[in-house]
Amino acid sequence: MLNPQFIPIGEEEYHVNIGPQHPSTHGVLRLVVSLQGETVKSLKPHCGYIHRGIEKMCEKDTYPQIIHLTDRMDYLSAHINNHAVCLLVENALEVEVPERVKYIRTIIDELTRIASHQLWWCSFGMDMGGQTCYFYGLRDREKVLDIFEESFGSRLLHSYYTPGGLMMDIHPNFQKRVKEFIKYFRKKIRDYDDILTGNVIMHERTKGIGIISKEDVISYGVTGPTGRGSGFSCDVRKHHPYAAYDKVEFNEILETAGDTFARYMVRMGEFRESMKIIEQLIDNIPEGDYSAKMKAVIKLPAGEYYQRVEAARGELGVYVISDGNKTPYRMKFRSPNLSNLSALDHMCRGYKIADLIAIGGSLDYVIPDIDR
Amino acid sequence: MSFSIYDFTAFNQSFDRLLFENLSPFWATTIELTLIGLIVLICYALIGLFLVYAERKVCAFVQNRVGPNRVGPYGFFQTIADFIKLMLKELITIKNADKVLFNIAPYIVIIVNFMALAAIPYAKGLHMIDFDIGVLYVMAVSSLSVVGVLLAGWSSNSKFSLIGAMRSGAQIVSYELSVGLSLVTMIILAGTMQFSAIVEGQADGWFLFKGHIPALIAFVIFLIASTAEINRGPFDLAEAESELTAGFHTEYSGIKFAFFYLSEYMNMFVVAAIASTVFLGGWMPFHIGNWSGFNNVMDYIPPIFWFFGKTFFIIWVIMLFKWTFPRLRIDQLLTLEWKYLLPINLVNILIMSFIVLMGWHF
Amino acid sequence: MNSFFEYFRDIFRAVKSLLTGLKVTSRYFFSPGEIVTQQYPENRKTLKMFDRYKGEVIMPHNDQNQHRCTGCAICEANCPNGSIEIIQDKIEMPDGKKKRIIGRHIYHLSMCTFCGLCIKTCPSNALAWGQEFEHAVFDRTKLTKILNQPGSSILKDIAE
Repeated sequence: MLNPQFIPIGEEEYHVNIGPQHPSTHGVLRLVVSLQGETVKSLKPHCGYIHRGIEKMCEKDTYPQIIHLTDRMDYLSAHINNHAVCLLVENALEVEVPERVKYIRTIIDELTRIASHQLWWCSFGMDMGGQTCYFYGLRDREKVLDIFEESFGSRLLHSYYTPGGLMMDIHPNFQKRVKEFIKYFRKKIRDYDDILTGNVIMHERTKGIGIISKEDVISYGVTGPTGRGSGFSCDVRKHHPYAAYDKVEFNEILETAGDTFARYMVRMGEFRESMKIIEQLIDNIPEGDYSAKMKAVIKLPAGEYYQRVEAARGELGVYVISDGNKTPYRMKFRSPNLSNLSALDHMCRGYKIADLIAIGGSLDYVIPDIDR
Repeated sequence: MSFSIYDFTAFNQSFDRLLFENLSPFWATTIELTLIGLIVLICYALIGLFLVYAERKVCAFVQNRVGPNRVGPYGFFQTIADFIKLMLKELITIKNADKVLFNIAPYIVIIVNFMALAAIPYAKGLHMIDFDIGVLYVMAVSSLSVVGVLLAGWSSNSKFSLIGAMRSGAQIVSYELSVGLSLVTMIILAGTMQFSAIVEGQADGWFLFKGHIPALIAFVIFLIASTAEINRGPFDLAEAESELTAGFHTEYSGIKFAFFYLSEYMNMFVVAAIASTVFLGGWMPFHIGNWSGFNNVMDYIPPIFWFFGKTFFIIWVIMLFKWTFPRLRIDQLLTLEWKYLLPINLVNILIMSFIVLMGWHF
Repeated sequence: MNSFFEYFRDIFRAVKSLLTGLKVTSRYFFSPGEIVTQQYPENRKTLKMFDRYKGEVIMPHNDQNQHRCTGCAICEANCPNGSIEIIQDKIEMPDGKKKRIIGRHIYHLSMCTFCGLCIKTCPSNALAWGQEFEHAVFDRTKLTKILNQPGSSILKDIAE
C-alpha cells in the first residue's frame, strides 16, 4: 500500500494505480497518478519490475560476452547498444576498424532505428484507438526483420557486432533486400500519413498536449526525438560523429512546439532521414575484412572510458572503469529512457487522464532500458 | 397459400385467414404472436452471431490478415464456439450490489432492441407493426437504452463502472438529438412518418438522391451521430481497453455480458436498418425516375435482398469507422455534438424545408 | 465574419482527412493479395528457414559419423552463462602417449542465449547453427542435449 507521507495530497484528490500490468504502459511500469476529478495533479513512476542486474553481470563477463547482455537492454535498438560497447573497446585499445565495418554498422544502425520507430508508430496509433495502425506498422517491420534474419540469423536479439568488427560477413543478398525495402517503405509511409498524421482526431488529441519547454528539456536531460520535439539540438550523430556518420548528409529534425504532435512529427521525419542515410551508403560499401585482428583475450588498460551513441530513443552512454583485467571493474549505462521518464511527471500535470496515455506513447519508453 | 418472394402481403393474408377460420380468435391471435416472437428471437440470434463473425472478418481484412478460419468453413462457426464458452462461464455476484437492478439491466437493452426492430419494413408486406408515427416510435424506444446503461453502471457498486456509465449516458443522450433532427429532415422530404409510406415514396428514386444536398448532409450526420449513440467506433471511450476500465459492463460476466455484447451489435443493425429505410429506400430497388426498362431489371432482385444488402453496406461503413480512426476524448465528443452537429442540423432543416416548399427536389 | 468562414473551413478539412483515412482502409479491405499471415502449422512441409537461422547449436557429423570437436573446451570458457559443459576423455594412442578427446559435449538449450560466441571461437569449426526451431517440450530434461553422437569419432585431419 502506498505510504501517504510520500506524496503530498490535496483536497479532493485520489490515487489511481496504472499498474504494472496494463495494455498501454508498454512494459512493466507502475504509475501512481494523483487525480483531482479527471485532471492529473502529479505522477510517480515506480520502476524496477524488470531489473535483471545487467550492470552487475557485466562485471564478470569479458568484453565480447558483454554484447549479449547489452542486446537485452533496449531491445528495440539492440544493435545500437552493442555499437556503443564495441566503439568503447575499440577506442580504448586504439584499434582501427576497416571501412567496410563502419559502413555496414551505420546501415544496420539506421535499419534498427527505422524498425524501432515502426514499432513506436504502431503502438502509438493503437493507444490512440486506431487499432489498424498496429498491424500496418508490424507488417512493415517484418520486412526489416527478414533482412536481419537472412544476414544474422535472428530477428530481435542479434549479438552481431563484436569488439573489432562483426561476427560474420553480411549475406550476399543484403544490399538487394535493403534497396527493395527502401522502395517499398517509401510508398507505405504515405499510408501512415494518410491514416494517422493528417487525421483531425489525432490532431485534436495531440496538439497542445504534454508541453515541455526547451529549458526544462535540458534540465531534465531528455534527449532523442523527445528532446528534439522541443527544439533541443542533441543528435549525437551530428555533434560527435562516429562510424560513417561524418560521410553522409542528413538533417537533424527539430520542432519547437514541445507538444505530443511535435514529438510525433520528429519521429516521422526521422524515418525519412534514416532512409536517406541508407540510400547514400548502400551502394558504396567498400570491400575488405569484416573484422580487425583482435587478441583472443581483450584487456583494457586501467582507467575510465566513456562512449556515447544515438539510440532510437536518445543518447545512450556507456561508462567503464577498468583495472587492467579482462572484465570491467564497473560498467554503467546512461539510459536514455530513464531520463525521459523523469520528465513524464512535469509533462502530465494539468492534463486529463486520457492524455496521459498519449503523452506516454509519444515519449516512447522501453521499460527494460529503464530498469536494466 | 400463395407464397411469392416479391410480395409477402398475399401470403400473410392467406395464413391469417387460415388461422382465423379454423380456430377461435383467442387461439389464432396467440399462435400468431408466438410464431412471430419465435421468428424474431431466432433471427435476432442468427443475425447477431453473424454480425460478430462479420466484424472479426472485416477487421481482419482491413488489417491484412485472415481472421477466424479454423472453426467451420472459413471460420463460420467461430461465434457459436464463443457463445458456448460464455454460457459456461461463472456468473459472479457482487457483494453490496443492487441485485434486482443488476439482473434487469441486460434484459432492458435487449428488449429495447426488439421493440425497435418491430417497426421496420423488411420487404413488401413483411412488416410487424405499421404505425403511422413509425419514426417517432423508433426514436422513443431507442432512447430507453440509456436506462439499461445507467442501471448497469449504478447497480455494479463500483466507482469506475459508475463513471463509465455516466459518460456513456451523457454521450447517448446528446447524440440522440442529432439522430432525431436528421430524421426530421427526411420526414420533411417524405411528408409522412409511416415507414411503409416512406418506402413507397421512394419508388422513383431514393431520398438520398431526391433530396440532394440537405439529404446528403443529413445522411452523414445520421451516420456519425448513430455511431456515437451505439457507443461504437471512434466514440467508444467509455469502454476502451487502453483506458482504466471497461466501462459500465465491467462487472458482468458470462451470459449477462453476452447480452450486452450482442445488444451492441444488434443496435448497429437497428441503426443501419433505419438509415437504409429512410435514406436508401428500404426494400425498394434502385429506380431512376421513369426509366421503365432499367427499373424492371432492378425489380428482378427480390426486395428482401435489397434491404439486407443496403443494411449490411451501412454496417460495413460503420465497422470501417471503428477500425480506421483513433478515439475521441469525452470533452471532444461533446464539443463535436453541441458545437458542430447540432447547428448544422438546424440549418439543414431550414434548407430542406425551403427546398420542399419551392419544389426544388427531384 | 472571418470566424464564420474558419468554422466551415475546419469542417471541410476535417471531413477530407477522415475520408483519406477511410480510403486507405477500404483499399486494404479489397485486396486479399496483401494478406501476410502464414498458415502455420499447415505449411510445415514447405517451410524453409534462412540459411543462417539461429535455431540451436549443433555439431555437424558427416556420413562416417565423424565430427570435428577436439575437446579443447574453448567454447565452454567463452560461453557467458555456462550453457556448455565439456567432459573430456583420454585414449591411448598407438605410440603410448595419452590424447585428449571429447567425452560428452553437453549443451543446455534451456539456458542458451544464442550469442554465437561458441561457434565463432571454436578453433576447429566444430559447431554450427541448426535450423530446428520447434523446441517446446513437456519435460525440461529434454532440453539438455549431448551434441556429439554416440560412437562418433574425430575427423582424421584435425586429429593430426
